[in-house]
Amino acid sequence: MKKISFVLNGEKRNIYVEPNDLLLDVLREKLGVKSPKYGCGRGDCGLCTVLINGKSARTCLILAIEVDGQEILTVEGLSKDKLTPLQESFIKHNSFQCGFCAPGMIMTATELLEKNSNPTEEEVKEAISGNLCRCTGYTPIIEAILDVNKK
Amino acid sequence: MEEFKFIGKPVDRLDEREKVTGAAKYVDDIEFGPNLLYTEIIESPHPHALINNINTSEAEKVEGVVKIVTGKDFPYKFGLYMKDRYIFAQDRVRFIGEQVAAVIARDPKTALKAAKLVKVEYEPFSAVFDPVEALKEDAPVIHPELGNYPHVPWFFPKGGSNVAHLRKVRKGDVEKGFKEADFVLEDTYRIPRYAHCCLETHIAVGLLDYSGRLTVWASSQSPHTQRNLFADALAPLGFSHKDIRVIAPYVGGGFGGKAGVTMEIIAAALATAVKGNPVKVIWRRDQEFYNTYMRLQVMSKIKVGVKNDGIITAFEITNYWDAGPYAEYGANVVNASGLSATGPYRMPNVKIDSYCIYTNLPAAGPYRGFGYSEMLFSVESHMTRIAKAIGIDPVEFRRKNGIREGDSLTYGAPMNPNGLLEAIDKVAKEIDWGKKETLNDPDKAIGKGFAIFWKAPAMPPNVSSTAFIKFSEDGSLNVIVSGMEIGQGYLTAMAQIAAEVLTVPPEKIRIELPDTDRNPYHWQTVASHVTWANGNAVKRAALQIRDRIFEVVHEVYHYDKDTLYLEDEKVKCKLHPSFELPLKDFVIEGIQTKDGTYRGGAIVGSGSFMPEFTSAQQDPETSQGGHPNVHYTVGAAAVKIEIDKQTGKVRILKAVEALDAGKAINPMNVKHQIYGGLLQGFATALYEDMRFDENGKILNPNFTDYKIPTSLDIPDEVVPIIVEVPQPDGPYGARGIGEHPMIPAAPIIANAVEDALGVRIKSMPMTAEKIAMAILNDKKEVDDFLMIMKK
Repeated sequence: MKKISFVLNGEKRNIYVEPNDLLLDVLREKLGVKSPKYGCGRGDCGLCTVLINGKSARTCLILAIEVDGQEILTVEGLSKDKLTPLQESFIKHNSFQCGFCAPGMIMTATELLEKNSNPTEEEVKEAISGNLCRCTGYTPIIEAILDVNKK
Repeated sequence: MEEFKFIGKPVDRLDEREKVTGAAKYVDDIEFGPNLLYTEIIESPHPHALINNINTSEAEKVEGVVKIVTGKDFPYKFGLYMKDRYIFAQDRVRFIGEQVAAVIARDPKTALKAAKLVKVEYEPFSAVFDPVEALKEDAPVIHPELGNYPHVPWFFPKGGSNVAHLRKVRKGDVEKGFKEADFVLEDTYRIPRYAHCCLETHIAVGLLDYSGRLTVWASSQSPHTQRNLFADALAPLGFSHKDIRVIAPYVGGGFGGKAGVTMEIIAAALATAVKGNPVKVIWRRDQEFYNTYMRLQVMSKIKVGVKNDGIITAFEITNYWDAGPYAEYGANVVNASGLSATGPYRMPNVKIDSYCIYTNLPAAGPYRGFGYSEMLFSVESHMTRIAKAIGIDPVEFRRKNGIREGDSLTYGAPMNPNGLLEAIDKVAKEIDWGKKETLNDPDKAIGKGFAIFWKAPAMPPNVSSTAFIKFSEDGSLNVIVSGMEIGQGYLTAMAQIAAEVLTVPPEKIRIELPDTDRNPYHWQTVASHVTWANGNAVKRAALQIRDRIFEVVHEVYHYDKDTLYLEDEKVKCKLHPSFELPLKDFVIEGIQTKDGTYRGGAIVGSGSFMPEFTSAQQDPETSQGGHPNVHYTVGAAAVKIEIDKQTGKVRILKAVEALDAGKAINPMNVKHQIYGGLLQGFATALYEDMRFDENGKILNPNFTDYKIPTSLDIPDEVVPIIVEVPQPDGPYGARGIGEHPMIPAAPIIANAVEDALGVRIKSMPMTAEKIAMAILNDKKEVDDFLMIMKK
């Protein structure tokens, strides 16, 4: 077991992990942060996406010990006070159906809008192309992201 | 026309905020405490073998292992329509990946380590993977005991063979019909297996507490059906329905894959072996591909005769469905699509043979579309070919032959009111049918394809649906039901129906997800029937509440009940305009009378619905008589595609789909079903593709090798169209539309490919490779079928 410390949704956390513990399992099982989901275990689906130092990352492909000293943001962190304009836009557009892809999709789109506040439709499609959704046909998700900062 | 306040409006989804904040809980998000146990399943490496011995002694020595169970511990059969399945394999295994034993341990790593030490001795048999091969005399018989299996009375298994069920339809005189025809076209189409690919894999957690009560939390479309099947299978252990509780939180995608019972029964059974400890069974992505359900494979031989004027005189089809080794649910796919195999056409002379055949591929079962997507690929490809062959425009051909209200169905009952012709016209207009598009780029080709479709709910004739409604002090409502929100917008639709009757806005309504202890009965969330069936139950519960409200008001104020009505959450009276009584003032605490006493009390309502005109009593040789289907939802669709002639890649420029929703309770959610369902269908048409090696082992059980669509794969434009010809017995005229959007996707692509290139592709998927090779080799017809990869 190795002690690591990192900032999770604005709060410093210390925790003991095994060297082969996946970040996804540590977040869900040891820290009770349930929004990142298991979907494939090999980086194909994007359900487990969180932001590490502002960059989207697949927590099923990252060992927990790698995030020592880093800063992690999940949907729980976005939802603490009032929701972000992106989240409000998803609600307005009724974008999600089963909702299982929503946390990962939201983190990926959050990263996109941080880098590019007014993306084109093609840029949105490109940005979320690593986040699978089986329900929506993506259209209501793309529309919601495009709508966030629409003048 | 009746004016509605909430019905037919794009009311916001009730569950969206929970899902967008990460608050929505799925089974694996629930905490089960430190004594939660984990499992690893020992799976068969053979497609067909006897189990001679299982040695668990080495595995049991691993520290942290709590228990190891095998088939001997649970010698119980189960199944939805036919009991042909075991919780764990008994004396034989029938597909690669079948569960043979399970290790239960304190943590997942220990379970995995111990599972590798379980030694199973097998004696392999010959196996069969092709449904037609499986019908041959010398084919290995996969269920020697088939003749003794209990099944519903409308199944006809053939003991001693691999035929799990044969649905035969005979209507009119098909030979006479072919003699009358001026033109007959006969051909064969093939459709492989497909996977649902719910993003949440199957998961179930079982707990048998020390008092003997068994609770199962499951990602499920079917909590009550699961309780029923668990109680039935585990009855030898002393369980009754009262002892079993199924709790179903949010589901991360269903598409039919989480209907009925598959792996959930493993969690229920394992819990009985480790009393006092919750035990979790969760599928990894690869297990999700091979050990739940898949879509059935089918080979479809079809023959259709027409007069020169385009009128269909005879229709004959033989479908050879491969259901894998367990057909307890898949046989009903074969049954339902057999009864409706003509597609939405008026047909005087019909002959249908729909075979459900056991093979040694993994078990296949319900998948969005329930056999209709597959069948309509064959029928709608064929109809376009016939129309073109006799020189009639394919859309005109469908207008001529499309089924109308009152026309006799294959089994003799009349067709329900429907907007098929309206759908045809609206889609043809939107896609600019008849207008030939041209391109300047010689490396590209452009084409349009058109199809019509239908689907009826497939279910027993007597399935029931119920609802409870209760008030809170502020006049808000809890609607307690057991349909499942699998993403389709069910919760919102039920809220809109309750809202419409009781004038309480949907944002003041909470719908409870199913818990079989608390929530009233609903069969399963399948068959696109919940809006119709559960909607009727919710409406009846709301009407019962309204009656009770009027009764109480009458008792205190003596206004005639017929003069009372609800408006804006108040009771009002037509004869006394100044009277208004807010619901919140009395629905819990009653109405105070002049002497200070109260009348009424907390108001609750219940509603129950079951169709009373349906019957599965049909002649087994002809399917005549009876009324197995409640109604059909119909529609039309078209596509405009551009094909890169160098690579064969298809780009969808525009897709149009019209559905007759009867009455769209929530038009926004109907449109969202069309976006999602069409894309799911286009993926099956163009690139999704389940492959097996020659031993029946799945080769692509992951999203790298089994590609589902990403945001970069969507059509350039999708136009959803809602047609509304009311269903007389539907709530506000509604009928289901959930499965339907994906049904026409494959034939419209096939028909568009032919329009663009003159190449007819008769096997799915229509990959870029197939198209490019056809162009390269100048082939006009393609029937390559690559599901089983030969060495």
